[in-house]
Amino acid sequence: MKHVIIGNSAAAIGCVEGIRRQSRRDEIVLIASEAHHSYSRPLISYYLAGRTDLQRIKYRPDSFYKENNVTAMLGETVTALDPAKKTAVLQTGKSIGYDKLLVATGSSPVVFPAEGLEQVAHLRTFTTLEDALYLEQAVRPQSRVLIIGAGLIGLKCAEGLLGRAASVTVVDLAPRVLSSILSAKPAAIMQEHLRQHGIRFCLGTSAAKFYRYRDAYHAQLQDGETIAFDHLIYAAGVRANSSLVKEAGGETNRGIVVDAFSRTSLPDIYAAGDCTESLDVSSGERKVMALLPNAYLQGEAAGQHMAAAGGSPRSFSEAIPMNAIGFFGKHILSAGTYPSGEEIEVFEEEDGEGGYRCFYFNKAENRLAGYILIEHPVCAGIYTALVRERTPLTAEQFARLRENPGLIAFSPEVRAAVLRKKEAQA
Amino acid sequence: MKKIFVQEEWCLGCRLCEYYCANANLGNGDMAKTLKGKKIHPCIRVEDDGRISFAVACRHCEEPLCKKGCITGAISVVDGVVRIDQNKCVGCYTCILSCPYGAVVPSEFGVVQKCELCLQNTGGTPSCAAHCPNQAILFTDEEVPA
Repeated sequence: MKHVIIGNSAAAIGCVEGIRRQSRRDEIVLIASEAHHSYSRPLISYYLAGRTDLQRIKYRPDSFYKENNVTAMLGETVTALDPAKKTAVLQTGKSIGYDKLLVATGSSPVVFPAEGLEQVAHLRTFTTLEDALYLEQAVRPQSRVLIIGAGLIGLKCAEGLLGRAASVTVVDLAPRVLSSILSAKPAAIMQEHLRQHGIRFCLGTSAAKFYRYRDAYHAQLQDGETIAFDHLIYAAGVRANSSLVKEAGGETNRGIVVDAFSRTSLPDIYAAGDCTESLDVSSGERKVMALLPNAYLQGEAAGQHMAAAGGSPRSFSEAIPMNAIGFFGKHILSAGTYPSGEEIEVFEEEDGEGGYRCFYFNKAENRLAGYILIEHPVCAGIYTALVRERTPLTAEQFARLRENPGLIAFSPEVRAAVLRKKEAQA
Repeated sequence: MKKIFVQEEWCLGCRLCEYYCANANLGNGDMAKTLKGKKIHPCIRVEDDGRISFAVACRHCEEPLCKKGCITGAISVVDGVVRIDQNKCVGCYTCILSCPYGAVVPSEFGVVQKCELCLQNTGGTPSCAAHCPNQAILFTDEEVPA
């Protein structure tokens, strides 16, 4: 059996490890556009901040491809798939045959057109190691940095660059930071924390036009303010790289549509990671959940299914939105969704020391729908499991868990299954 | 493979396991000298509501969500033991977000820590089990009947 994997980040590596759990002998060819050893994409901001280096940023050891008997074709780009002939076509014109194929092509940053944007020579997005290496060289202590986008990528970039630049200003059309993962109150707490560390914000507005005047670039915002800058980083969102599957006739929506085994609508073609759209088991909705843990789990599930003899898959992915992210030592942990409505009870509290906890409890279904914690990380995974498993909870159980996350809120049988069995079963 | 198993009916709630764990992680010297007056950072946690109590430490899962979700590749499974490379960890807390048992915790050194069965300090004899006065914590390869 010959497996071809397109990509070299978490989903692709998960696929290699999934295949190798099933089979030591199957052939694996991994093809990736970036010519680097597999690296941890979320660490590029840590690299700029000096908290990792080019060796430690590697997602797997140097020996990974050799130990897993993977033929790695790094620096090669797949331009088309032919599901009928079962081949992947490279930019060089060469065709590579496969029995099973994984598309783990990730996502690409979106740059929206704006007047004068084409004049800005120092425009960069921030999703690759090349981006980090460029900014490491280009941004000088006197540089003024403007970042478009106050989401996860924009703010991690801001944190990574703050110590290297004279100033960092973040602009976002949304009225708050991290609008995809935080509600208003925790967003305000994080924004104030970031402001105190020196990041400047212009929220609820956008850049209407860009122009060059006296050796500096300027952005004129919708609200009238003008910001002079030397480097522009565009982090206003990403789009799934779904074209290979779409052009081959596979089903795509906002991402490549996959099932719980990461199968696409095309035979023997799987997809995993940021390029896909899958089921959020916490809400029952289909969405793009571009998060590293989900990418790995999807890739691993795909690999196990691809290599399963007789089609007996061992695992499948149960994705939910979940985020652990920190800025200047302050951590946010969140999972699930934050619905509103009559059946949703919201428990929100601040601890007076910069910490915050919020829970969204679905009274109609007696389960935790989602949560947001700022600080208070201990045992947060117990909440994540409640969200993922849609664990039925009595009001009393939930009240205990809210005050004190622990296994003690569960029955002795559940505890015994965790603490007295070889393979814990919660 | 030997793992830690916990029998809650024998737990006294004395929390000695937490102290022995914290001390083992700090070099296993004289406990009074090492820990007196300090906030301890054990990898094992005693839950106690006044009626029942028990200790929780890493289960070394066969499908470890902490390892699968780790954004840096710092968590690996070595001979069945889930281990953390402290040098690679950046302290993002994705493992804390992922562990269904609350068994990964922030360390006092800025990143995270978890039970590694004392492989990194006492050479693989978990100090919590060795010093539990009522054998509520067992280090064994036999499951404990419920």
